[in-house]
Order: sequence, then structure tokens, then C-alpha cells
Amino acid sequence: MGLKGRHLIDPNDFTIEEIQHIIDLGLKIYQNPEKYSEICKGKILGTLFYEPSTRTRLSFESAMLKMGGTVLGFSDANTSSVKKGESIADTIRCMDDYVDILVMRHPREGAPLLASQFSTVPLINGGDGGHQHPTQTLTDLITIQEYKQEIKNLKVAFCGDLLFGRTVHSLLKTLSRFPNISFVLVSPKELQIPYHLKQELIEKYQVEITETSSLEEYLPHIDILYMTRIQKERFFNEEDYVKLKDSYILSRNKLASSKEDLLIMHPLPRVNEISYDVDDDPRAKYFEQAKLGVYVRMALMASLLGVNE
Amino acid sequence: MLKVAGIENGIVIDHITSGNGLKIFQKLNLDKLDTPVVLLMNVSSGKLGTKDIIKIQDNLDIDLTVLGLIDSNITINIIENEVIKEKKDIDIPKRVQGLFKCKNPRCITSIDDYAEAEFTLVPNGKIQYRCNYCEELTEYKL
Repeated sequence: MGLKGRHLIDPNDFTIEEIQHIIDLGLKIYQNPEKYSEICKGKILGTLFYEPSTRTRLSFESAMLKMGGTVLGFSDANTSSVKKGESIADTIRCMDDYVDILVMRHPREGAPLLASQFSTVPLINGGDGGHQHPTQTLTDLITIQEYKQEIKNLKVAFCGDLLFGRTVHSLLKTLSRFPNISFVLVSPKELQIPYHLKQELIEKYQVEITETSSLEEYLPHIDILYMTRIQKERFFNEEDYVKLKDSYILSRNKLASSKEDLLIMHPLPRVNEISYDVDDDPRAKYFEQAKLGVYVRMALMASLLGVNE
Repeated sequence: MLKVAGIENGIVIDHITSGNGLKIFQKLNLDKLDTPVVLLMNVSSGKLGTKDIIKIQDNLDIDLTVLGLIDSNITINIIENEVIKEKKDIDIPKRVQGLFKCKNPRCITSIDDYAEAEFTLVPNGKIQYRCNYCEELTEYKL
């Protein structure tokens, strides 16, 4: 497939066929994990987490351990040489010699792209500011594949923080490349998707986009509902956050009008945007989504390391 | 009328919109050159009414990319042995590196010395550039 040795910084780094290959491999591993439990024996994953993360970091670590490999790195920039003022370039130049593959999360947008310019081993973007989060996108896509059987002919609604939500930006850009996908973007005016992204989606992919502030109005018509958290850490002042944090709360009552085969997703962590009474609705798949994230990361790392052939 | 002699070898940046000459002079760091440089301001022009002109003698090694961002009316004449050897039209550069900063305060280029701001022109008829690192759009202003 030609993925060996490549970086993943932006979902657009891979063709649709390459993405489909990773998703299909992820589902194969999910169905028969034993078969893949030794394929990364002797391989080391380096985890460079310049800002806190639970799910992404542990998901990557779990993925490598499940394939027989090992992990080293830092999960807090304050405990690394970064605190002493070391540049990204210098950190990468050293880590390169210690590991076979790297995952990096950084609060600054574009930091993983910079790092990849100095890395001789495959480097994966584990999230950069409000910009991109390609492995969450792969997680979202494997979930759609698993529960909708194919990634096409879908009306997908995104709800909540569409301005700072990097998972939303990555998924919007990638889904736009699949056949016959349209979007309903539900958010308060202050948290609409960035102008440059909207412009790119329309000009480059000619996708149909509906922007609205009313979730209820579109619930009966959509195939997928992607909920997001209003992220406190992305606001420069508390007052703006407090004003917007309870804009959308999905409850069981609201779901009454929606399709029976609606797929409800969320990148997690959730705060209060999905009420707990939705969790046991069979349409809610956000915990399965997190689980599938481990398998798609296994497929990704195996492909970049070239160990799955 | 003020008369300034022609140059023997060098570059003449002509048809600069009046008022932009000094800014271009500064942007190109022409005060750092050790060869003769002349900045003429508010010279009468048939095409523009008035214009600014910059003449740079004995130096052809100047990166003029930035001119395309400032004023597409500008023309550049390369002079050799007192004759115009080449006339260059200005193009809006498709790729730009290090000429201006990304407007996104969260962009890695705003804090890391290794990451020099790099942009790609967005084909939308405006002079808008997409940052190659964070993808935010920045409009260039002199």
C-alpha cells in the first residue's frame, strides 16, 4: 500500500484508498486481535505529549502494547527537557534514535508538521491545538464503517464547538472526500466553523453545508449526529466559556424524532452535552467509538511500520 | 524640475504608487546596501499622475518577491551598460516564506525559531495566503 515510513500529520496526507485500507485492517484486527499480537515485537513507540491527554495517549499505548511492542515518552511537557527550553527540532532529533515511530500532541497548531521535518521515523499527529486530529478522524471513520457498513450517502450533523473543535475540522475535511456526504453544522454563532475551513470545503469539495443554531429542526433528517464538548481550554477568557458551555444538551426526549438507525458519536471526553440517559440508547455508540480507536491506531502504526504485510 | 542621472548597471523599480516607495525601501532593507541607492518620491507620471521610483546601482542580487504583494502595477527594469536589458512584470507570488507573520496566535510559527512562516496563495482573487503550518488565512498588508 506504500504507507511504510510515511508521516500522518493531516488526514489529507493519505488517499481515500489508503484510509480505507487502514480502516479495513483495523476491523480485521478488531475481529481477531490474537493474530496481530506479536507483529510489533521489538518496536518502540515514542509518545511526545506536550499537553494533557488521557484517551489519545492511552489508546496509542494500548495499541502498541497489544501488538507486542513497547512505549516510552512523556505525558507532560513540564517533566521533559521542553521545560528547559529545548526546541521541537532538537527533541525530535534525539528521540529518533530511541524509537521506531512517534506520536505527538502539541497545543501549537502546525507543531507536528514542524516535527515531521526533522523526524526520520514515522510521526503521527496526536492533535495540534484547534487544528487537526487525524487519528480521531480514523477512529470516527472506522466507527461509521462498522455501524453504517459504508462511508457514503450520509447526512452528517456536527453539533457544539465547531470553531475550536479539531476533531470536527479533521473529520469534515476527510468526509468531504467520500461520495455523497452532506453536512448540517449546528452551533452558536460564536462557535461556527472557521471561515477558511468553510471556504475550503465548498471550493475544493463542493459539499452541501447547512449552518444552523437549531439541533431539533434537523434531528429527524440526519444519519449521523456528532456531538462535541465546548472546550474550556480553548477560550482566552472564562466569561465567554460560561456564556456558551450549555448551548446544546442532547437528551433522550430530544431523540424521539430522530431516525431509528441514527448513529450518535462523540470524540469524548463528555461533560454535559450528552445526558447520561442517552447512554443506553442503542443508537449511542461513543464508547464503542473509543474502543475502535485502539484498533484503528494498531492498523495505522502497523502500516507505517510496514509490519502488516 | 528635479533630475536624477540614470544608472549604469543595476535595478530600477518603477511605477510605484506614490507613498509606497519608502515602505518598499524599508521592506527590501535597502538602507543596508553599500552600493548607491536613490528613492524618488512623487515624480510626475503619465500613467499614475505621480509615482515613486527606486534606483539601485551595481546590485542585482535582491529578492524582489515582496513587490508582488505590495503593488501589481510596479515594473522592474534590469539595467546593463546604461540600457534596459530586461523588463520584468510583477507577479503575485504563489508561495511566500518569511516575508510576513501568520495572524494565528496559536500557530507554531509564532513561537518556534525553526518554523519560518510559509504560505501558499489562495486562488480566490484576493491576496490571501494559507499558512502551511496551521492553515489559517492571512491577508498581506504593507
